[in-house]
Amino acid sequence: MKIMVAIKRVIDYAVKIRVKPDKSGVVTQNVKMSMNPFCEIALEEALRMRESGLASEVVAVTMGPSQCLDTLRTGLAMGADRGIHVDSTSALHPLHVAKILMNLVQIEKPSLIILGKQAIDDDCNQTGQMVAGLLNWPQGTFASKVVLDKEKEEVTVDREVDDGIETVQLKLPAVITTDLRLNQPRYATLPNIMKAKSKPIKKFTPQELNVEIKSDLEIVEVTEPPKRKAGVMVSSVDELIDKLKNEAKVI
Amino acid sequence: MVNRNCRATLRLLTLINRQGHPHPPLSSSPSGIDACWKQLQRNNVHGEHKIVSFFSPLASSLKTRQWGVKIQSRCYGSASVLVQRNPKFSKLNDEDVRYFEGILGAKNVIQDDEKLITANTDWMRKYKGSSKLLLQPRTTDQVSEILKYCNFRCLAVVPQGGNTGLVGGSVPVFDEVVVSLSAMSKIISFDKVSGILVCEAGCILENIISFLDSEGFIMPLDLGAKGSCQIGGNVSTNAGGLRLLRYGSLHGNVLGIEAVLADGTVLDMLKTLRKDNTGYDLKHLFIGSEGSLGIVTKVSILTPPKLSSVNVAFLACKDYSSCQKLLQEARRKLGEILSAFEFLDSNAMNLVLNHLEGARNPLPTSLHNFYVLIETTGSDESSDKQKLEAFLLGSMENELISDGALAQDINQASSFWLLREGIPEALMRAGAVYKYDLSIPVEKMYNLVEEMRSRLGNDANVVGYGHLGDGNLHLNVSTPQYDDKILSQIEPFVYEWTSKHHGSISAEHGLGLMKANKIFYSKSPETVKVMTSIKKLLDPNHILNPYKVLPCSSIS
Repeated sequence: MKIMVAIKRVIDYAVKIRVKPDKSGVVTQNVKMSMNPFCEIALEEALRMRESGLASEVVAVTMGPSQCLDTLRTGLAMGADRGIHVDSTSALHPLHVAKILMNLVQIEKPSLIILGKQAIDDDCNQTGQMVAGLLNWPQGTFASKVVLDKEKEEVTVDREVDDGIETVQLKLPAVITTDLRLNQPRYATLPNIMKAKSKPIKKFTPQELNVEIKSDLEIVEVTEPPKRKAGVMVSSVDELIDKLKNEAKVI
Repeated sequence: MVNRNCRATLRLLTLINRQGHPHPPLSSSPSGIDACWKQLQRNNVHGEHKIVSFFSPLASSLKTRQWGVKIQSRCYGSASVLVQRNPKFSKLNDEDVRYFEGILGAKNVIQDDEKLITANTDWMRKYKGSSKLLLQPRTTDQVSEILKYCNFRCLAVVPQGGNTGLVGGSVPVFDEVVVSLSAMSKIISFDKVSGILVCEAGCILENIISFLDSEGFIMPLDLGAKGSCQIGGNVSTNAGGLRLLRYGSLHGNVLGIEAVLADGTVLDMLKTLRKDNTGYDLKHLFIGSEGSLGIVTKVSILTPPKLSSVNVAFLACKDYSSCQKLLQEARRKLGEILSAFEFLDSNAMNLVLNHLEGARNPLPTSLHNFYVLIETTGSDESSDKQKLEAFLLGSMENELISDGALAQDINQASSFWLLREGIPEALMRAGAVYKYDLSIPVEKMYNLVEEMRSRLGNDANVVGYGHLGDGNLHLNVSTPQYDDKILSQIEPFVYEWTSKHHGSISAEHGLGLMKANKIFYSKSPETVKVMTSIKKLLDPNHILNPYKVLPCSSIS
């Protein structure tokens, strides 16, 4: 059984995001880029399945400009068997990514696709659902626990939903998107970094996969959230009540 | 659950994880401690004498009553120092308080017991004074007026910054007046071209770091205590920290100082020049003199630009000689991008993994004898990473490294740093700890740990870690509880050993109260004599931070 994992290169989550002065986007130059944390979790889950003998191969897929190869190498150093890089310099929206993944599925024929529930840069949370829809596969999103039954070709997924945990059972092939509590991703050790250097990476372009990168969305403006105003010290209870009544108008 | 801002959530989760080790960790101490302290104080203060014990009253396993007695009996042991209140010092009276109120306004003259407890106690709760007055000047002139008056009245003074020192240098011993620089926290100027920052002494290091960050610069100094410590205190202690290997000590980075002498004279040496060979460079006297020669009120510091590419590797070595060879190689092959080279032994690693929440072994497959953390900082992500990877893989082939992990994102990098930076906290949680901060020639450094281990046998866990790149060993002896027998095995052996190997008994923590009388292990009598005459010249009444830095015998 083969597992396909999608990984995205994003601004490192510990970096303070700065908006470009012309409001066209955020500053990415000279900024630390890393693998989307949810993608790391997705990859870790796939690697654990392979290590416990439930899967035979883990293929990591990334999309974007050539710098994404660094992220892909990280994925290979974590333990993915091989990589696929879909080279594109234009902006990819969730639907593009989903269509590319769909077409890669026709080539790779995986039984399971694992993705992060969302990327921390655009917070879209759409790709996994779209892939499942396009492929007409069952989906288990926001997974906090995944149990794979190889014999029955079934996967049981605990989903983190607003009112608790929902458990769903999916027939393979299926799509899973991972939530934060699913696992703790491993580190890339030196021997594995060394091994990763010789792992194969296949390269595609969106055109080769018959996906036209054309968007119906236009980014009008990117702005920072309004700054919180500084607090004031009140000198008496009366003043506090007065401010709550007349200024904040909450009592 | 769905579709929220995940960047913010992740950051929050990290914060929560980190709350396990706040610094200073006063808030997390068990509630019985304060009661313990009071008990301890009653036992410790005998009129005009004070027995200064170097025992942290942390030990959670100890019961209050027994414990107080224990401390007292221990106080007469070899580790305690009998310090006597200098009878020349006047006692504070109401008139003094009124005078200070006249200078500072009543709001900045603090006699409130609760606030005084904080000012009287160091963050490890090892040392506690009984000062009745805390002054918070807002300007250099106010500091000058305070000192002028104190000198005239012969009132002893303790300058205080963030109070994060480790040798009892920042808290009163008896009833000294505490002069806190906290209210002097303005950044005065920053020159983006030269990277020279001028600020007041009370600026918290972390605030300066974030100010500089927004300007695209960093502080040449980084410490675990950055959230509380103040730059004036850092300069007065000549704090070392994690970036010393790359950027050098504060003697190099501090370009100017404004300091107030004991008689109120303001020494304006606040230059912002890289080069200035005009006479004696007096500012150096105030760097590392722990507030005993004057109060630093302003500093100008040279700050390096912030470089975008930081990489951290966590490595395992089979023996200490591999660590040394690795350091040599790293200096050669990583050259200009090497920014930290830290080491910890397996005892330190186990301690962190067992006692620190959130600590995770990056190399869990087997236990190694030594671990090394290497950080590189440079300007080009891809070439830096390539360089580091090539170096690491080469070192692995040469068997200098037996295993290793390379951080792939900032989060992983901080989790590697946590293993090194979390050791002091893990030690505090493990029970009693005897801490030594030593400079020793690198090749001999670990011999001391091994000798100490064979001396103490199974009675104690001897832990070695530190800034290998700077030849700075943190030797810590961890025991379930404080024990005089163990202490007499450690001291004076550790000082004698260090002295014999031409090391320093205080690499970066200072002498403070803890090691004032131990200065001769590192400095010759002639040197101490000159120091004493400088002290006498600048502070003839010895009102500034008394009982500390220099041995009592040389001062009286």
